[in-house]
Amino acid sequence: MPSPVSTLTEERTQDTPPARPPAPARSFLRGVRSWASVAWFLVPALVLFLVFVLAPIAVAVHTGFFKWGGAGPMEDFVGFENYARLFGDEVFLGDLERGLYLIALSLTVQLPLALFTAALLNRRLRGRAVYRMLFFAPYVLSEVVTAVLFTMILLPGDGMADQLAGRLGLEGLQGRWLADPSTVLPTLFVVMTWKYFGFHMMLFLAGLQSIPGEVLEAAAIDGANAWQRFRSVTLPLLGPTIRISVFLSVIGAIQLFDLVWVMTAGGPNHSSETMAISMFQFGFKRYQVGYASAISVVLFMISLVFSLFYQRYVLRRDLSGAVTTGGAR
Amino acid sequence: MASTPPSRRRFLALSGLTALSASLTAACGGGEPGAGRAAGGKVTLAWWNIATTEPGKSLFPQISSAFTAAHPQITIKTTSLENEAFKSKLTASTSAGRLPDVFQTWGGGVLRQQVDAGLVEDLTDAFGWSSDLTPVSLQAYQFGGRTYAVPYDVGMVGFWYNKKLFARAGITAPPATWAEFLEDVGKLKAAGVTPIALAGKEKWPGHFYWAYLAMRVAGLPALQQAATTKDFTSAGFVRAGAHLKELVDLRPFQTGFLGAGYSTPGGQAATMGNGKAAMELMGQWGPSVQVDAGADLGADLGFFPFPAVDGGTGQVTEVLGGGGGFALRKGAPKEALDFLKFFVLDNESKLLASNGYLPVVKGAESRIADANRKAVADSLVRATGFQLFLDQAYPPAVGQEINDSVADLIAGKRTPEQVTESITEAAQGA
Repeated sequence: MPSPVSTLTEERTQDTPPARPPAPARSFLRGVRSWASVAWFLVPALVLFLVFVLAPIAVAVHTGFFKWGGAGPMEDFVGFENYARLFGDEVFLGDLERGLYLIALSLTVQLPLALFTAALLNRRLRGRAVYRMLFFAPYVLSEVVTAVLFTMILLPGDGMADQLAGRLGLEGLQGRWLADPSTVLPTLFVVMTWKYFGFHMMLFLAGLQSIPGEVLEAAAIDGANAWQRFRSVTLPLLGPTIRISVFLSVIGAIQLFDLVWVMTAGGPNHSSETMAISMFQFGFKRYQVGYASAISVVLFMISLVFSLFYQRYVLRRDLSGAVTTGGAR
Repeated sequence: MASTPPSRRRFLALSGLTALSASLTAACGGGEPGAGRAAGGKVTLAWWNIATTEPGKSLFPQISSAFTAAHPQITIKTTSLENEAFKSKLTASTSAGRLPDVFQTWGGGVLRQQVDAGLVEDLTDAFGWSSDLTPVSLQAYQFGGRTYAVPYDVGMVGFWYNKKLFARAGITAPPATWAEFLEDVGKLKAAGVTPIALAGKEKWPGHFYWAYLAMRVAGLPALQQAATTKDFTSAGFVRAGAHLKELVDLRPFQTGFLGAGYSTPGGQAATMGNGKAAMELMGQWGPSVQVDAGADLGADLGFFPFPAVDGGTGQVTEVLGGGGGFALRKGAPKEALDFLKFFVLDNESKLLASNGYLPVVKGAESRIADANRKAVADSLVRATGFQLFLDQAYPPAVGQEINDSVADLIAGKRTPEQVTESITEAAQGA
């Protein structure tokens, strides 16, 4: 080691051993002890994870290979028949399409809106705390409460939405919001946005506040205008937040259930059905538990594959040390 | 059902029951163990019901505590769940093969599946007092001549109509045939009245139309036969769908009905109760839900049976209905049936007075005061045939497919032929 710096460290390491008690037996014991304490802390979480996460997944995968009505012994092994049926089912293929539609809208409308609001509320503005609270408040409500609330707003005739549409000269929309296959999905998306954009706005606000003012100031001194500062400084520095926000949005859209179940139950004519709703319909309404399990397995695989790929390729820089990067730093 | 003289059956039942109750009374008499019973013969019954709303909410606990007061050695552990929550929980328990001792059932396909899985007690031999009950009330729980549950409520579906709105459209008497019915729908529309309230979102209210039309056109035997041959494509069923399409083409339903719920705000019951639609096709619970979700129509509310269809084989006296009953887990303590006897026979007048249930005991219909409930009860007594709601009579997969495909027909997304094809497909796959 030729460099003086490393010499310094060498000296230092040479210094340390005497300070440390050298007894190997004790350090082995200490190793065991620390392992024991790690295990001790890990066991409860691990047991819960096994019993409530891994075991149900295993059971669902197993059940998915059977034709089973939920009662009596599971005997009718059908292999991949449930899966074959699944990918020939118009409603299920529609579920996938509707999922993509909602994801696309979330990414192109909801997130930009959240970012825009966050950028506005990050400036010096009278009463910005109030605005922040107002926009965030819907996120605090449960999905079911939100759904009931909007069911009232969207009631044909008396509902606020119809009254507003009447005032605005949009009579064509009256009474159709949740009742027309062509309007139901956009309507649901508006409700989702109302509920979730505040949450993403909060994420973006936190991200914006971690951007040092000096960088923006330097850009301003260099002559960058507001748009250039946003485009070339703020946006790149906000990268990690945006990537997480996109991730949460996509997973949320894939697993969407409560809101839709309460508002439309997937109707009219399956036009707002999601994968989770199809799964519930077959499992708890038609008692085709095997088939429903197959749906849940596909739902799980889609979420899993998406998460792994997203973490591996998109969140790579943000998640050093994660499984998907092979533990690399 | 075979029609053996009731007196004999009753005698047999009574003798069986006296043997049973003798041991019971002995047990609670002096606190000494009765003959044939182990010392300290304590029994605990798990009872799952759906009485989360009035009147059952307060009545059911009253009945069970009256029973346990008379039989101190019996403890009843009650679980009351809302309908849908109950169904989900029971599905899970069925899958695990562990049912409670006494549980709510609506009979039909679901009960049949549980019976086939060997989870439900066959009550036929111990249930001699079934002869005290109306045959109509028992039908949903009988398979192959065996009885698997004790009914406590039975009802039927028919048209509830607003007399004032009918009068405004110049309709003097309720329609007796489908042709007249369609004509009246036209008159109501011409008078600016929404003819029918329908909960399109929930699908089961829509299935009543197809079910009744199938009963009127193809007939009851055809519906039963289709369940065994798993073929619903016969001309009668297609014609039933075509008749429904005639109605749908008149656009008789309220604005936005495809998104409307049943008992939710602004739903079918509220629309009807608030006088915004002239009629709804609904079960005996219709009026009480109207009051709950909207307003009480009072004397303006009337009831008429589903009209006959010209050229059809079914009679106007054949009814579509269902009710509630309790089934026992296979191997449940025999005290469970005593409890049900106490519940149904000894408390009949309380159940009737509560205004929430229709009588299952013979002759009780004459004691109903409310005119609308009396109309339903009378129709039931005079019924010449009974069909359980199709979405309960058939295996769940078939029943739900009927609901789904009829909803599509009503929305104009499927033809009558496609409906029968998809139901057949579901029946063959189930």
